Amino acid sequence: MDTSFSAEDIAFRDEVRSFFAEAYDDELRARLATPATFKDALIEWQKRLFKKGWIAPGWPPEFGGTGWNATQKFIYETERSAAAVQDVLPFGLQMVGPVIYTFGTDEQKQRFLPRILASEDWWCQGYSEPDSGSDLASLKTRAVLDGDHYVVNGAKIWTTYAQYADWIFCLVRTSTEGKKQQGISFLLIDMRSPGIKVNPIVSIDGKHSLNEVEFNDVRVPVANRIGEQDQGWTYAKALLAHERTAIAAVADTQRKLREVRQFATIEVNAGERLIDNPMFQKRLSDIEIELMALEFTELRVLASVASGGAPGAESSLLKIKGTELQQAVQELRMDIAAHYQGLLPSELSSEQIGHSFANDARLDYMYGRAATIYGGSNEIQKNIIAKAVLGL
Amino acid sequence: MNFEFSEEQTMLRDSVARFIQDNYDFDTRRTIAESANAINSNYWQTFAELGWLSLPFDEAYGGFSGNAVDTMLLMEEFGKGLVLEPFLATVILFGGMLQKSGDAALQEQWIPKIIDGSCQGALAATERQSRYEFTDIATTAKPDGDSYVLNGEKVVVLNGFNADQLIVSARTAGEQSDSRGISLFLLAADSAGVERLGYRMMDGQLVANLVFKNVSVPASQLLGELHGGYGLLKSTLLDAKLALSAEAVGVMEALNAKTLEYTKTRKQFGVPIGSFQALQHRMVDTFMACEQTRSLLYRAVCAVTDQKEEAEAEVHALAVMVARAGKLIGSEATQLHGGMGLTDELDVTHYAKRLMMINATFGNGDYHQAKFNALRYSA
Repeated sequence: MDTSFSAEDIAFRDEVRSFFAEAYDDELRARLATPATFKDALIEWQKRLFKKGWIAPGWPPEFGGTGWNATQKFIYETERSAAAVQDVLPFGLQMVGPVIYTFGTDEQKQRFLPRILASEDWWCQGYSEPDSGSDLASLKTRAVLDGDHYVVNGAKIWTTYAQYADWIFCLVRTSTEGKKQQGISFLLIDMRSPGIKVNPIVSIDGKHSLNEVEFNDVRVPVANRIGEQDQGWTYAKALLAHERTAIAAVADTQRKLREVRQFATIEVNAGERLIDNPMFQKRLSDIEIELMALEFTELRVLASVASGGAPGAESSLLKIKGTELQQAVQELRMDIAAHYQGLLPSELSSEQIGHSFANDARLDYMYGRAATIYGGSNEIQKNIIAKAVLGL
Repeated sequence: MNFEFSEEQTMLRDSVARFIQDNYDFDTRRTIAESANAINSNYWQTFAELGWLSLPFDEAYGGFSGNAVDTMLLMEEFGKGLVLEPFLATVILFGGMLQKSGDAALQEQWIPKIIDGSCQGALAATERQSRYEFTDIATTAKPDGDSYVLNGEKVVVLNGFNADQLIVSARTAGEQSDSRGISLFLLAADSAGVERLGYRMMDGQLVANLVFKNVSVPASQLLGELHGGYGLLKSTLLDAKLALSAEAVGVMEALNAKTLEYTKTRKQFGVPIGSFQALQHRMVDTFMACEQTRSLLYRAVCAVTDQKEEAEAEVHALAVMVARAGKLIGSEATQLHGGMGLTDELDVTHYAKRLMMINATFGNGDYHQAKFNALRYSA
């Protein structure tokens, strides 16, 4: 047992810190915060990370990873969150990339991985369907073999940023024989293929990031299939555990909790600072104590992955607790906004309105409702723990 | 002891329910929310014609002389339809304060106009720094001959953008958070020196910041006693919280019904998700939360109607329960609807948002719990 940082760790931390301070400038921050410039700004940020060699800490070095150990990955993530630096888009770098380097052919690796690392392609994820949410394996989008192509028909839903995407990785049904988990294949589909239609979905925060993606006789080369036909579920499952670990976002929640604490020192009610109010203190410490525990749970998972283990069922614990705490902090921030809670954007300045963060708090809170649903709802995560850990 | 409503009250409830059934489907509601004034003026006239705007007022002014039970029934039905028209702002806050003030001249002038639908009102009581503490008033009113001169700003004023007449709380004496030294003034919203900045909230309401720059108000427009507005303000805001709580129970009931229906029809793993015991227990929890809130609502309404000494604490208790149950019911409805619960298209989202906004109006759960604690344990 030793959780202290070595001199090398400290040096690494300082390097990360100064890189963020320099490369993630205010101009970039402003462009990321504006919907019209968000896409280009994010790509530009990812290209800066690529140039630095830090775009894919999770990848093996031979494919372009950093070769960092568990401590370095932890330090990087902590510093990133502390500096409020936007995480990279997960779809290419954290989701389909690992599937391609683990299960793809050499040709697929050469074709897709360099473009993912360089942010040349924007990827999105085609898993959920209107009738297949928590029961993902019941998916019905069909892919029928026709010569050296599959013909794909069906619809995917809740597809984040499909409106920007060049590629989508999809789970499709290639067989209805046997168990529903069998007969699923993993396809990489060019979003410019004829027959693809993207329908926007306005979400609870009033914004457009989600979509429905329709497939009408979309022709996909067989060469774009990952691994064996009908074995796609196996590849997808390996990926889901990684997704859950990332969703926990412990370091981001810690930063947001610090912000909430800062706000609470400014807000005054009847002459008393909110931070001095015992009821508020209790709510704050309830969250902080859980978060202190989760930080070490995450470290334990990271350490076990570093020593050769794969994130397994314990990633479900991280996902459940991590998302619950995200929501608890978002709720606290809404409460601090008090009578300004629920403010929508308007032409008025924050000075005219009299409040600076109520709109951000609303956006964060509202879209934050998704965290306990996506990546496998928390109810499904509890089923996984019950089955895989407790043997129930 | 009985929990039954009179024939008249049942008729009132049914009449509101029928109006919402026939005129307030979700698409209509969305159109109203997105319109320039975020209300439907024709509906407001209908409210007047149906006698709803006369509910709490004295018969002397053409009112119905209703009590807290009548208001509760109406607000609960409004909650089920997510009604946007400014009943709370005009009738409960503006009209209610006027009624309690005992100022016959101003009552005679304005109550008939509220009742016939020709005057919309607003209570401008919250300021940017005040949070939920209505005694925290930086707006000032200084005597100037036969008038007072108002300077300051009020924020997030319900119906503040559409109101014809305003009641404004201002400091005439004392320090910023003193309960003594608060005075209330009634003035036209288009008085010289009043600037209105309208903006929208996530539950479809159009609210406003009101800036007062050397606004001259005749002394005859002082409502209640000079420096003595605290009692009037406190009791009106408690009435408003009670009415909002009744609305909340309507929202909760509608939301639970929609979620229950969804769990019975949405199939995953080959069966309705409502067949899973883990979800059944949660539906039972939300059902119980709604019933418990309804019980406290009835308890508080009876205490207020009977003018019991403990009425104040009971309204605080109710507000705490509304916050707690509202959070549970709103978040469970979102979660159990899965991805659909995250769409703007589905009405469920909007019911959940309204529950949040009710909690954030005139004191959230923590605020009312502190008041309850002070009354019960400190005195």
